[in-house]
Amino acid sequence: MKPEKLIVDGRRLDGRGPNDLRKIKIEAGVLHRADGSCYLEWGGNKVFAAVYGPREAVPRHTQNPLRAIVKARYNMAAFSVEDRKRPGPDRRSVEISKVISEALERVILTEQFPRASVDVCIEVLDAEAGTRCAGLTAAAVALVDAGIPMRDIPVACAAGKIDGQVVVDLGKEEDNYGQADLPIAIAPRTGEVLLMQMDGHLTVEEFNKAFDMAVESCGKVSEIQKKAILQRYHAVDEVIE
Amino acid sequence: MEQKMRRVVIPSQCLGDAGPFKAGRGTFTEAGKIYSEHLGILNQEGDVLQVIPLKGRYNPIPGDFVIGIVLEAMQSSWLIDINAPYPAVLHVNEAPWEVEFGDTARYLNTGDSVLAKVLSVDESKKLQVTLNDRNLYKIKGGNILEVDPSIVPRIIGKKGSMIANIKKYSRCRIFVGQNGRIWIDGPVDGIDLVLLAINKIESEAISYGLTDRVEELLKQHAKDVR
Repeated sequence: MKPEKLIVDGRRLDGRGPNDLRKIKIEAGVLHRADGSCYLEWGGNKVFAAVYGPREAVPRHTQNPLRAIVKARYNMAAFSVEDRKRPGPDRRSVEISKVISEALERVILTEQFPRASVDVCIEVLDAEAGTRCAGLTAAAVALVDAGIPMRDIPVACAAGKIDGQVVVDLGKEEDNYGQADLPIAIAPRTGEVLLMQMDGHLTVEEFNKAFDMAVESCGKVSEIQKKAILQRYHAVDEVIE
Repeated sequence: MEQKMRRVVIPSQCLGDAGPFKAGRGTFTEAGKIYSEHLGILNQEGDVLQVIPLKGRYNPIPGDFVIGIVLEAMQSSWLIDINAPYPAVLHVNEAPWEVEFGDTARYLNTGDSVLAKVLSVDESKKLQVTLNDRNLYKIKGGNILEVDPSIVPRIIGKKGSMIANIKKYSRCRIFVGQNGRIWIDGPVDGIDLVLLAINKIESEAISYGLTDRVEELLKQHAKDVR
């Protein structure tokens, strides 16, 4: 069911302005058996991320004698979307796993762990547009929680075009019926781009605008991430004071 | 930095300029600034800034005493899990027994635990452990508890004060491996007491004056003290 208009009087369907993000909640260290974990809610997205390792990479031939490899696995639960999704890896999730692995590999200090692998599992329990950004953001918090040495804490956010206007963090209808979607991931300290994909069409000016808006939003998400990590040790902080 | 606070830092957090400070362990330098590389506690010794990790795998250092679990008995060696990113090799020459070729499983088999010493770590992080030292043996009986390797110094305490207290009140035999595995043997209520103390240490690892608080806790719960 396509809504007539995605923007009414400058407000989007859920009442947001063009620069507003959906509500984000991040909690670190939620899974008992994983080395590091994170639960993230981003609007209607609900994502778990778990990190295992560094541990010896198997099978043996995948090992790199000089550095660790990063294996991220993005998986959507069968019940995460309205129509049941057939379980198991499909073309889309294999692609997302690959781009997230490569984004994370860039920030992890892999040269400290030759022959090892860092395994990241991203499980999408509930999907509502922007799951790859949510997954990567959750994975980053889980990596920090696992105590893995990193150059930066990666963070992702999307921008896009709906009703001819560039907006940030597309919701479900906006993603389905919008004109373009531009998810990016950056390393916030250096501003380095770790992931960028685009669906739909944007002019150069629109692209530049969308890119800048997405980077700005990444900064906001990054603050929430950092707070979530420190929150885990907040109880002990109080004891000191 | 004040003395009374232990500051928790997260990766990529700027710790200071590379000029007045030197980058120690757990940090990296980029464009004249020192950054933390993992989640940990900032520690300053002289002008050296270092970050002590709060979580993470055990980083083996030659000479460390560790508790290992045998993964596999091979023809002339054993593979030992010491909670590091990689399994460690225990060669028959490093064991105190006369082992015939192929007869390794008679001495140590999958699932057995040993108290071992890290012998060597090479540049590709291949690990070797040894049983040829004083007080190293195959563990028989008792329980093994796993904690985060980063809180092992807290459990031992200054000059062993914390662990001495725990041993005194619980009347258990305890060995704390550097890799975060703790072997405990003794009466059931003693083991409960050890667990209570270690849980407290785990949850308050980054605060000061912990030894006194744990001793108080032990005093409260201990039945009789030698």
